[in-house]
Amino acid sequence: MIEIKDLHKSYKMGSNSLHVLKGINFSVEEGELVAIMGSSGSGKSTLLNILGMLDELDEGSYTLDNVAIKNLNETKAAQYRNKFLGFVFQSFNLINYKSAVENVALPLYYQRVGRKERQEKALKYLEQVGLKEWATHLPSELSGGQKQRVAIARAMAAEPKVLLADEPTGALDSTTSYEVMDLIQKINDAGNTILVVTHEEDIAQMCKRIVHLKDGVIVEDKKVEQVRASQYV
Amino acid sequence: MFSIDTWKEILQTIQKNKLRTFLTGFTVALGIFIYVTLYGMGNGLNNTFMKFFGNDATNILRVYPDETTIPFGGFKAKRQIEFKNSDLVDISKEFAPLMQYITPRIQRGAFVTYKDKSDNYTTRGIAPGMQLAENTIMMKGRYINAKDIRDRTKYAVIGRMVEKDLFKGAESIGAYVDVAGSAFKIIGVFQDDGGDNEERFIYIPFTTRQLIEGNNDKVDEIIVAFNEAIGYSGAMKLQRNLDEFIRKKKVVSPNDPRGIRIINVADSLKQTQQFASVLQIIISGIAFAVIISGILGISNIMVFVVKERTKEIGIRKAMGATPKIIISTILLESIFITAIFGFIGMILGIITLNSIGGKVLEDDYFITNPSINSGTAIFVTILLIIAGALAAYVPAKRAAQIKPIVALNDE
Repeated sequence: MIEIKDLHKSYKMGSNSLHVLKGINFSVEEGELVAIMGSSGSGKSTLLNILGMLDELDEGSYTLDNVAIKNLNETKAAQYRNKFLGFVFQSFNLINYKSAVENVALPLYYQRVGRKERQEKALKYLEQVGLKEWATHLPSELSGGQKQRVAIARAMAAEPKVLLADEPTGALDSTTSYEVMDLIQKINDAGNTILVVTHEEDIAQMCKRIVHLKDGVIVEDKKVEQVRASQYV
Repeated sequence: MFSIDTWKEILQTIQKNKLRTFLTGFTVALGIFIYVTLYGMGNGLNNTFMKFFGNDATNILRVYPDETTIPFGGFKAKRQIEFKNSDLVDISKEFAPLMQYITPRIQRGAFVTYKDKSDNYTTRGIAPGMQLAENTIMMKGRYINAKDIRDRTKYAVIGRMVEKDLFKGAESIGAYVDVAGSAFKIIGVFQDDGGDNEERFIYIPFTTRQLIEGNNDKVDEIIVAFNEAIGYSGAMKLQRNLDEFIRKKKVVSPNDPRGIRIINVADSLKQTQQFASVLQIIISGIAFAVIISGILGISNIMVFVVKERTKEIGIRKAMGATPKIIISTILLESIFITAIFGFIGMILGIITLNSIGGKVLEDDYFITNPSINSGTAIFVTILLIIAGALAAYVPAKRAAQIKPIVALNDE
């Protein structure tokens, strides 16, 4: 599904150049649930941003679902993001003046899905995350966990190839974190490929594979026995 | 681009950002409002200037005899020049190809009585050409004609107000009125778009006036209408030649500032028109500057709007919004706001113009019928809408080009 070869990325900081990713080789099969771990500054978010086409790579190659991702202009990148990827952010990134269902329907709007179908699909995904009754509420009327579930529903609504979650539990307490992880595990059980960036060990243990980043290189890549989140909920 | 979805999206953002919508809209509406009212006021000034000329013909040279101030040709100074019927004939002969008509005017106040009603009116002894000079419109009967002049008939043509006051709705044609002791038969009633005062005149043959005043042949004033084909410069030349001709005939020094006076209506009209149009250009300039500052206001607000929404734009981009969609949504939003508020400002401006017109404004501020033609108003409004779109385009394009990761990290 995802194939990365010899990926380099550096940021210009005035006259200095900060080399963040120093040759990453990494691939993900369909249906995997991968945790990307590392302390802050290890380059894990940068890697996720490049995977999400939110940022560009300097060197190396990136193939997503057999499509080479390189030299994309903004329009092409937007289309690929819409077609291939679903995003879940630490800070939820819901549009604050749109109701839950409108937020979930947003990627569908950019896919030019008809209004009625959009509404139906958005409601269906809200139902899957258990928030159907909250459909017409604004994000400000939802708790943190609910917001993240809306964000997950939004990411799933476009039916992406890969779900990218950047510290999805970073802003949540542990009970809510486990609820969110339970949801992510269920989505993965249904066959979806998911990448989770986290620095929390217990969250990482709920994935099926852990990739450790340190100073811009992968230091460890191991399969783990998945801890089910449902037992804590 | 014009789907219901797009509009729903735009309406939603407008609704959720009321303060911004109001600020942008207010700037636009105020700009258009000020433009429309200022421009209308300018037109009002213009109208006042044009009113000075009433609705009378403007291809007119008015010639007055006056007292001389310089001794000349054996005559002393302070000699009162007088026109006679022969002057009319001589001018006609000399300038025939350049002239449309010529008429004398002998104006006298008169106490006029019909049955038990009476009032003071101004009578004008004239020739038939006067009808054209005054743009007199006959309501009934006829005007003074050449036969009346020749036969010195005691016929009178009265204004609508005279008929209204003296006859109170009764038939006036054929009736006899007493004009300062002489009985005149009414042969016609006229109206004049120049206003009520113009309709209080009584026209009689000038020869009849001369007969009443001891059978003299004096003429107070000569009105020469030139052929409009000779144009403005032709009229100026005619004025010089006419002045020269009369001074020679009446033995008045060519250097005498008085003696003979000629008022060239066409020249005064042209000068006034020039003055009025310069004034209108200045006012339009000010109004246009207001529009420009309105446009700058919109640009400022749009820059702010895009900045404020950077994060939202980042979210939308992550969800698959292309730069084109983002630019067109912001543009349409801007156009929508400027269009709605632009037309509100325009309508308010027009309503204001319509409601402030009136006597006080006319008498104290020289503004008559302030108005703007709807074409100009709509043109300016559309100009502002286009400018608003351009003002939004630059920040919108910049927003669309921000990398989504930068936009997402924007707080």
